[in-house]
Amino acid sequence: MGKTLLQKVWDLHTVRTLPSGQTQIFIGLHLVHEVTSPQAFDALRKRGWKVARLDRTFATSDHIVPTRDRTRPFLDVMAEDMMAALERNCRDFGVPLAGLDDDRQGIVHVIGPELGLTQPGMTIACGDSHTSTHGAFGAVAFGIGTSQVRDVLASQCLALEPMKVRRIRVTGTLPRGVYAKDVILTIINRLGVGGGVGYAYEYAGDIVGRMSMDERMTICNMSIEGGARVGYVNPDQRTFEYMKGRPFAPSGEAFERAKTWWRSIASDPDARYDDDVEIRGEELTPVVTWGVNPGQSVSVTGRVPVANGSGGDGQAIADALAYMGLHGGEAIAGTRVDVAFIGSCTNSRLSDLREAARIVRGRRVAPHVKAFVVPGSASVKQAAEREGLDEIFRAAGFEWRSAGCSMCLGMNPDKLQGSQVCASSSNRNFKGRQGSPTGRTLLMSPAMVAAAAVTGAVTDVRELV
Amino acid sequence: MKMTRIEGTALPMRGDDIDTDRIMPARYLRAITFEGLEGHLFEDERAGSAAGARTGAVHPFDNPAYRGASILLVNRNFGSGSSREHAPQALQRAGIRAIVGESFAEIFFGNSLMIGLPCVTAAPDEVRELMERVEERPDVHLRVDFEAGTCEMNGFRCAIRLPGHARDALLTGAWDTTGMLLERYEEVDTVGARLPYVAGF
Ligand code: SF4
Repeated sequence: MGKTLLQKVWDLHTVRTLPSGQTQIFIGLHLVHEVTSPQAFDALRKRGWKVARLDRTFATSDHIVPTRDRTRPFLDVMAEDMMAALERNCRDFGVPLAGLDDDRQGIVHVIGPELGLTQPGMTIACGDSHTSTHGAFGAVAFGIGTSQVRDVLASQCLALEPMKVRRIRVTGTLPRGVYAKDVILTIINRLGVGGGVGYAYEYAGDIVGRMSMDERMTICNMSIEGGARVGYVNPDQRTFEYMKGRPFAPSGEAFERAKTWWRSIASDPDARYDDDVEIRGEELTPVVTWGVNPGQSVSVTGRVPVANGSGGDGQAIADALAYMGLHGGEAIAGTRVDVAFIGSCTNSRLSDLREAARIVRGRRVAPHVKAFVVPGSASVKQAAEREGLDEIFRAAGFEWRSAGCSMCLGMNPDKLQGSQVCASSSNRNFKGRQGSPTGRTLLMSPAMVAAAAVTGAVTDVRELV
Repeated sequence: MKMTRIEGTALPMRGDDIDTDRIMPARYLRAITFEGLEGHLFEDERAGSAAGARTGAVHPFDNPAYRGASILLVNRNFGSGSSREHAPQALQRAGIRAIVGESFAEIFFGNSLMIGLPCVTAAPDEVRELMERVEERPDVHLRVDFEAGTCEMNGFRCAIRLPGHARDALLTGAWDTTGMLLERYEEVDTVGARLPYVAGF
């Protein structure tokens, strides 16, 4: 009987079975950022511990970083303190840091792959739930809390329980105007926001096989929105081509040896899965969320659900509609938006910006909409500028910002105001997520955000291409 | 600290998929300690906030009947979303000692256990029964017994479940994992050395 990638990576990284019955797993790469690490570094200090493997640890700053004016000290005193704490901790403990002036700075899940830190077959942990993104490379990558950040810093290990594996095959071909974001939103809608608890999601099928690494990252990124802490794609030729020449990737003959090993850790053809699901590409359409969790979505051609009955789901739908200011039964297309945000670790890579720019080119942002683009990293920003994408966005009336998490969450100056409605390429439409306690988020692909920006309302992007 | 049972009054927080952004809004993560977080629990939906004022209903955490509660009752997929440990930290600092629910998001469950805040599950209809009884009589004590695997209040008793390792951690007081992970560090280095990407292929 063959093994899945998850089983192979798990076995290779197992140190021992702990007295608790959990498995002690070696962490191959620990990514650190400013928000979830200060208390962990303090815990090390208190006990006189060092960081166990500086060679397996890398830090950046993204969540609190202002995307417009990055002059230090930041206007926000708390953000400044947090940034200073990260700098101090990295200096004191010797952790490499891509700080604000570093041209490698960016959202932690964008820069890991970009720098070649993220590699197939690794175990990767970070104090951030979207660490699942790195699974696109065939790594077993997952988010952890601050106490676990402390554990990894001190011991390079975690105490974990085994996971089951659900294979999700996306088969056939994707219709025009349908993106990776629509695929993952559909998966979450079908399997539920809690459907993946206890599972790793293995994404497979011919559509995933043909996807670029950027698209695979978008899918793996939102595994956690489906409750799955881990999501991955088996490494293949496309993965290897992406890896080639990255600063931290092996080079020369070592690269060839690496390829052989990377191939060997992919799931075997006769691997056994705990569950198997098929999603047919032909059935997919552009998707928009109408509610307050990422599973509450509908096709852009569809209608917002009606809250029938008062119990359980009926109540949840009624609450969500009230919060969103939507009426059951109305078409989602045509919903007026106030803000258009293109960014976040889900959709802020070069290919995302290209797709959005294709829609924006030669058009103008609707007068009542505030639209802005936040590249995922300093290097995405540079690359986009080399192609002139910034010019296209600016000419249309978008703001062009510097890399950071921005309006994905309310920790930096980019926030919704009052009950504004935001067409967003990010990953969470939770109440208050974008910084205003009454702010409203509609999740969609970057191309759909671009379409909403220029028309001023939710629009089927297929009408504009 | 060993923990075999928690006894106290309870606070029912109804709703599925209550995410950690709701429990602890992101703006309060801009601090380098966990101190004082309890003052911001569910802030955006509680009295005094714009959103709270709009809904008008009394939030369970504002309801004087539940003041001093040490057991939180929740429904399905509690603690979904962001991995912020600030959420369980704030609940614990607000006096919550155990959470009984239909199900929990994985990262939230692990984070809570790491800080000694056990999350246990019970059957959905039993959780509903507990909630109704507490809403009727908020002053009645509940007893969550990790050793016996039960949750009891006068006249009602149901089974609770928690993974074996979590139960062991509570009963032996060994949920602070770092020491355990550091115990045999040579073995960690051995694993590191056999991984091709660590060795440089
Ligand atoms: S972009 Fe959003 S989801 Fe991604 S790491 Fe930043 S805050 Fe988290």
